[in-house]
Amino acid sequence: MDVPLAAEECEAITRAFSGLGGLGVDEEALVSALGKWRHQPEKRAQLRKSFAGFFTADGGFERFEDDYIHYLKIEFARFKNIMVLWAMHPWERDARWANDVLHKAHPFDIIVEIACTRSSEELLGARIAYHALFHRSLEEDVAYHVRENFSNLLVGLVSAYRYEGDSINEEMAKSEAKTLGTAIKSAGVRNLVENGEVIRILTTRSKPHLRVTFKYYREMYGKSIEEDLGDELCLQETVQCLDSPPKYFSKVMDETLKDGADKNTKDALTRVIVSRADVDMEEIKAAYHEQYGAQLEDVIAMKTLGNYRDALLSLVGQ
Amino acid sequence: MATLTVPEPVPSPVEDAERLRKAFQGWGTDEKAVIAILAHRDAAQRKQIRLAYEELYKENLIKRLESELSGDFERAVYRWMFDPVEREAIMANVALKKNVDYQVIIEIACVNSPKELLVVKQAYHGRYKHSLEEDVASKTIGDFRKLLVALVSTYRYDGEEIDTGLAKSEAKILHDVIEQKIFNDEEIIRILSTRSKAQLNATFNCYKDEYGSITKALASESPNEFALALRIAIRCITSPKKYFAKVLRHAVDKSGTDEDALTRVIVMHAEKDLKEIKEMFHERTNVALEHAVAKQTSGDYKSFLLALIED
Repeated sequence: MDVPLAAEECEAITRAFSGLGGLGVDEEALVSALGKWRHQPEKRAQLRKSFAGFFTADGGFERFEDDYIHYLKIEFARFKNIMVLWAMHPWERDARWANDVLHKAHPFDIIVEIACTRSSEELLGARIAYHALFHRSLEEDVAYHVRENFSNLLVGLVSAYRYEGDSINEEMAKSEAKTLGTAIKSAGVRNLVENGEVIRILTTRSKPHLRVTFKYYREMYGKSIEEDLGDELCLQETVQCLDSPPKYFSKVMDETLKDGADKNTKDALTRVIVSRADVDMEEIKAAYHEQYGAQLEDVIAMKTLGNYRDALLSLVGQ
Repeated sequence: MATLTVPEPVPSPVEDAERLRKAFQGWGTDEKAVIAILAHRDAAQRKQIRLAYEELYKENLIKRLESELSGDFERAVYRWMFDPVEREAIMANVALKKNVDYQVIIEIACVNSPKELLVVKQAYHGRYKHSLEEDVASKTIGDFRKLLVALVSTYRYDGEEIDTGLAKSEAKILHDVIEQKIFNDEEIIRILSTRSKAQLNATFNCYKDEYGSITKALASESPNEFALALRIAIRCITSPKKYFAKVLRHAVDKSGTDEDALTRVIVMHAEKDLKEIKEMFHERTNVALEHAVAKQTSGDYKSFLLALIED
């Protein structure tokens, strides 16, 4: 006997399982459905019949699509992942994320992010953790596994142990702004990422020095160096991360919360919130508000579900 | 083992500071007294003396020594006064003036353990308000820059594990590149600057088994500075004491003494492993290091070096 599902029930379950409703899973709604549909296997049968694309008829039963099982597991795991990462030491987190880039083909941006937004001591810590976890050095693995043209840049970035003091040589900053400008104007932007001077400046100079250098660049060339690096994403991201992590992270947040974001982009939500909660969450929220005219916490609340959402909002703060 | 000898019991830092003060007073300096004290105190003791002297006389002992002493003697005592970590940071900085002495940079980068190198870099930050990497990078160009920056930046894995398959394959990569005389190939720099020392030693052993000595292969090239730099790096990684014995042999060459190298090796190793280095020196030359130094140097400089070398 077919008992049709009420439209709201259908919608609630669909949203609860997410993908169609955002990131994470609405555990409460699902548990409530469990209760409501007790002793009513026909309701679940109807669920399976009405979810086209998730289940297909196959030899007398409605079979769960493999992709969707996989997908659901990911969404259910978001809460687990955020809790495990939250408990983990920041060094270990960074080491594991970096290793995933190299061995699970996660995007290289993550390595740039870790190398450039962490303090010198934090990056060093990540390298120490990498030794302990993987019995190799981070730079050895990056050098070995990354064969793209930005390999030297990446190795330089992860190997950096930058001076962290405030003392800046203004003349040097001016001159290096000019060096960067000349390199950008003359090289085909493709080759820029292999340019020795660009690599030297971006991978060895202190961050305060670089910020002043970027400021002079804008004065000299009328555009921010970020804009001029628009075609070379690796370099552009490097500069963004070095110049202003909050601005960079707010951009990442925007991308991650957009509809239609892919898995890697969605995963950034957990990564950024967990890694920045204790660092510069307030600045990221401020930057996000300035850039997109919305409160980060509101957008997160809209786009995520269940315990995962609650965990995120707790970390993001009021 | 160290060759440094410290008297027992050792005078208090205050006594030493007072006697140094006396040595500075009046006309000229009593260099013998300076040597008798400073050449027989370890790093911790020297630091105490510096503090005691500053406390008693409101003056920086090292600055006073700089003004009282001169020439090679002064340079040697200056370097000796600092603790080993500070000293290496200073020597790295000195090596980066004008014509970069890449040999010193390579020694510091490759002989130290990963943790020791890190501590030197931290001392460098404190002293010069720059990172060692940024200074090495801005003072070098091209292939030398790539090699030297990579060597000083690395924080090698410290474990003993070896991947034999990888050692074989990387020995082959090295061989192919060396055979084609493309010494500045990125793969050489990658392997030399990122692999752990244990892994590198395994790789060089594989190289030796399959193709013969890698340093000989690099040496057989006509004067190629870069190949020489690679050899130095490899020697420093595989057999540092032998390497320093060789540096000493060249430093006391009849054709001209290299005081910088002599001072550098003796001052940096007197509290560490100069004994073994001496033995290797003797093995190769049949001459005791003391004898060679006595022959090639003179005056207070000679007395100071001998005081550090004799055990």
